[in-house]
Amino acid sequence: MVERADNQSVAQAEGRQSDGEEPCVTLDAFLSQSNATAVRLEPDEDARALIPHLDRLALIEVAFPKFRDGRGYSSARILREAGYAGELRAQGDVLVDQIAYMKRCGFDTFAPEKALNPADVEAALTRWPEHYQGAADGAVPIWKLRHG
Amino acid sequence: MYKYDEYDHAMVAARVAEFSDQVKRRLAGEITEDQFKPLRLMNGLYLQLHAYMLRVAVPYGTLDSRQMRMLAHIARKYDRDYGHFTTRQNIQYNWIKLEDAPAILQDLASVEMHAIQTSGNCIRNISSDQWAGAAADEITDPRPWAELLRQWSSFHPEFSYLPRKFKIAVIAADEDRAAMRLHDIGIQIVEKDGIHGAAFYVGGGMGRTPMIAPLIKDFVPLEDMLSYAEACLRVYNRYGRRDNIYKARIKILIHELGADEYRRQVEEEFAHVKSLGIDPPKAEFNRIAAQFAPPPLDASAPDAIDRSDPDFAVWVDQNVAAHKVPGHAIVNISLKPVGGIPGDASSAQIDLMADLAETYSHDELRVTHAQNIVLPHVRKADLYTIWQKLDEAGLATPNLDLISDIIACPGLDYCSLANARSIPVAQKIAARFSDLGRQKELGELKLKISGCINACGHHHAGHIGILGVDRKGTENYQLLLGGSGAEDVSLGTITGPGFDEDGIVDAIERVTDKYLATRAEGERFVDTFRRVGMAPFKEAIYG
Ligand code: HEM
Ligand code: SF4
Repeated sequence: MVERADNQSVAQAEGRQSDGEEPCVTLDAFLSQSNATAVRLEPDEDARALIPHLDRLALIEVAFPKFRDGRGYSSARILREAGYAGELRAQGDVLVDQIAYMKRCGFDTFAPEKALNPADVEAALTRWPEHYQGAADGAVPIWKLRHG
Repeated sequence: MYKYDEYDHAMVAARVAEFSDQVKRRLAGEITEDQFKPLRLMNGLYLQLHAYMLRVAVPYGTLDSRQMRMLAHIARKYDRDYGHFTTRQNIQYNWIKLEDAPAILQDLASVEMHAIQTSGNCIRNISSDQWAGAAADEITDPRPWAELLRQWSSFHPEFSYLPRKFKIAVIAADEDRAAMRLHDIGIQIVEKDGIHGAAFYVGGGMGRTPMIAPLIKDFVPLEDMLSYAEACLRVYNRYGRRDNIYKARIKILIHELGADEYRRQVEEEFAHVKSLGIDPPKAEFNRIAAQFAPPPLDASAPDAIDRSDPDFAVWVDQNVAAHKVPGHAIVNISLKPVGGIPGDASSAQIDLMADLAETYSHDELRVTHAQNIVLPHVRKADLYTIWQKLDEAGLATPNLDLISDIIACPGLDYCSLANARSIPVAQKIAARFSDLGRQKELGELKLKISGCINACGHHHAGHIGILGVDRKGTENYQLLLGGSGAEDVSLGTITGPGFDEDGIVDAIERVTDKYLATRAEGERFVDTFRRVGMAPFKEAIYG
C-alpha cells in the first residue's frame, strides 16, 4: 500500500510498483542509463549522486530495510534541499511511529511493507502542533513564529 | 531559568500524548517489544534487571524548587522513595511500572520537565557546567546556548535514528567541569578579539573505545552554531557505521576518517546547510538569554564567614566554592555519605534541597556530572544555617573531590549489562578511607567506577578508575590510573592483572600510600602519576 503524506490512500496493489508506474531502477543502473525516470536509493548510496539529474526524475524511492537505519532521512532532505520536486517515497520497514519525521524530511508517499492502520497514520501526522526546527517540509519553525 | 512558553508546553504535551498512545498499543499487543523499544528509549524508559528504569532529563543540570519537589513526588509515588542522580546531570528511577510511565510524564510536564531523548540513538539531553552563571571564571553563561541546542535537537526529524546515541556538552570557562571533550560534540564558548564564538570538539566518548575529542573548528560564529552542529551530525548520519554497534559512535568515524577529512566534509556540508536558514535570529537568543539573567545578588552582602564551629569550617573548606559576586558562595551538596549509594537521594532529602534552594539560592539547583547537587547562589551569611539543615538530613558530608566522592554506575545491582557490582566496591572504598583527615591528606582524587566496559561510571576519566570485568564467571576488577575528565583531560591506563572485591580496595590503598611517599610539594595524585609514570605504582601494587 502506498499512502500519500496528506493521508489520501493511493489505489495500489501490493509491491512497490503501482499501475502504470515505471519500475524503479537501481542507482547504478540509473546513472548508466539515461532514460529512466524512477530510481531506488539504498541506505548506503549517496543521494548527492542524483543531484545533476533531478529534473528528469518523477520518483525517487528511498529504501528503509530496517527502521533503525536512519540514513534515508538525510537522503530525503538532501534531495529536497537540492530542489527535487517529484515524488519521494519511503519504502520498506516504514512504521507509523516514523512517518511524521519522514514527512518533515521531505517524503510525500509511503510504501510500508506491513500495512498501516489509517487511523494511526492520521493521528501520527497530526500530532505535532508546531516544530522546533526547520526541515524540508516547509513548516515554519517555532523560533520564527515567536518573532513574527 | 528558562520558562516554557505556549510552544514549549504544546510540544511536551504532544509528546506525552504520543507516548501514552504508544504504551497503550504496546500493552494491547499491537506493537512488538522490538518495535516499542526505540520508542520507549526515546522517552527515557529502559528495561532493566528487575523493572523498568525511567531517566528524566534535567536540561544542562538546572532546575528550580518546584521541579525538584516533583522529582521527590515521583520517587515517593511511583518508585521506592528515592531517585538516582546520574553522570549526565539527569535523574533515574529504578523501579518503574510501564503502566505508570504516561502518568509520570504527565506529572513532569506540569512542571516543564520531560524524559524526551534521554536514551535512544538520538541527540541526548545537553549537559553543561554545573556552576554556570555563578563561576568566577566563565566568560558568559553557557546555558542559553545549551537551551538553543535543546530546542533544535528536540524531535529532530533527521537525527532521531542515528547510528548511535549522541551527547553534546556546552561550557564557557577554561576550567572544564562537564567532561566536555569526552562528548560526541563538546562546545566551548571562547572569546577572540572581544567576540564570542564556539570551539567545536567532535568525536570524544567513553565506552569500550575511549577517545578524547579533537578540535574540529576553533571558532564558529555563534549565529552559525546550529548550522555547524547540523553539518557535523549530517556527515555522521551518512557515514557512521551501522554494521557493528560497538563501532557506531561518531568517535570511531572520526578516528577512521581522520579529523582533517571529517573537518573537510563538515565544512563542505556546512557551506550548504548555512544557506538553508536554520539558525534562529539574535532576537531568539536574546529571548532565551534574558531568562538566564543573573539573580539580583547584593554585592555588598557580608563576606566574612563565622568559622567558630569546627565541623562547619571543615565543610566550608571542602564543599563551598567561590561565587563571582562578593558576599556569595556556591554550595556543593555531596550525595556520597560513607556507606551510601553514590548519587542516591531519598524523597525527603530531595524535598529538603528544594526548600533550601527556594529560601537561600534564588530558587535554583544544579545536578553535577559527579552525581552531586549544587545550590549556586547562596549568601555567605546563610551558609551556617544551610549547613545545619543539610547535616540533619545526612547531606553535609564534607568530601567534594576527595577519594570518597566516588562516581559509580548502577552495576550488577540494577544493570542487565553489568559484569560486576559497582556500588559495594564504592562503599568499601569509602569505608576504608572514612577518616576525613586521611582523605584530606590525599587531596583531590577523583575515583570512578564502572561495572562493565560501557563506562557509564567514567572509569577512563578517573584519576583512579575501576572497571568491573567478568573473569571465568567471577567478578573481577581492573585498576586504571591517570585519567581525567577536566581541562587536563586524559585517559587512564590499566595497571595490570585485576583483583577481587577486597583486593581492589587493598590495591588502591597501596597506590595512595605510594603517592604520599612520592609526591612533590603541591602535587595532586594525578600530577605525581604523570610525573613518575606507572612503574613505581605497579611495583607498589604487585611487588
Ligand atoms: C542501568 C542502566 C544502564 C544501561 C543499560 C546503560 C547502558 C550504557 C551503554 C550500553 C553504554 C555504552 C554506549 C556506547 O559506548 O555506545 C553506556 C554509556 C554511558 N552511560 Fe550508561 N547505562 C545505564 C545507566 C547509566 C547511568 C546510571 C549513568 C549515569 C550515572 C550512565 C551514564 C553513561 C555514560 C556517561 C556513558 C558513557 C558515554 C560515552 O560513551 O561517551 N548510564 N551506557
Ligand atoms: S557501565 Fe556497564 S554495568 Fe555500569 S551501568 Fe553502564 S552498562 Fe551497566
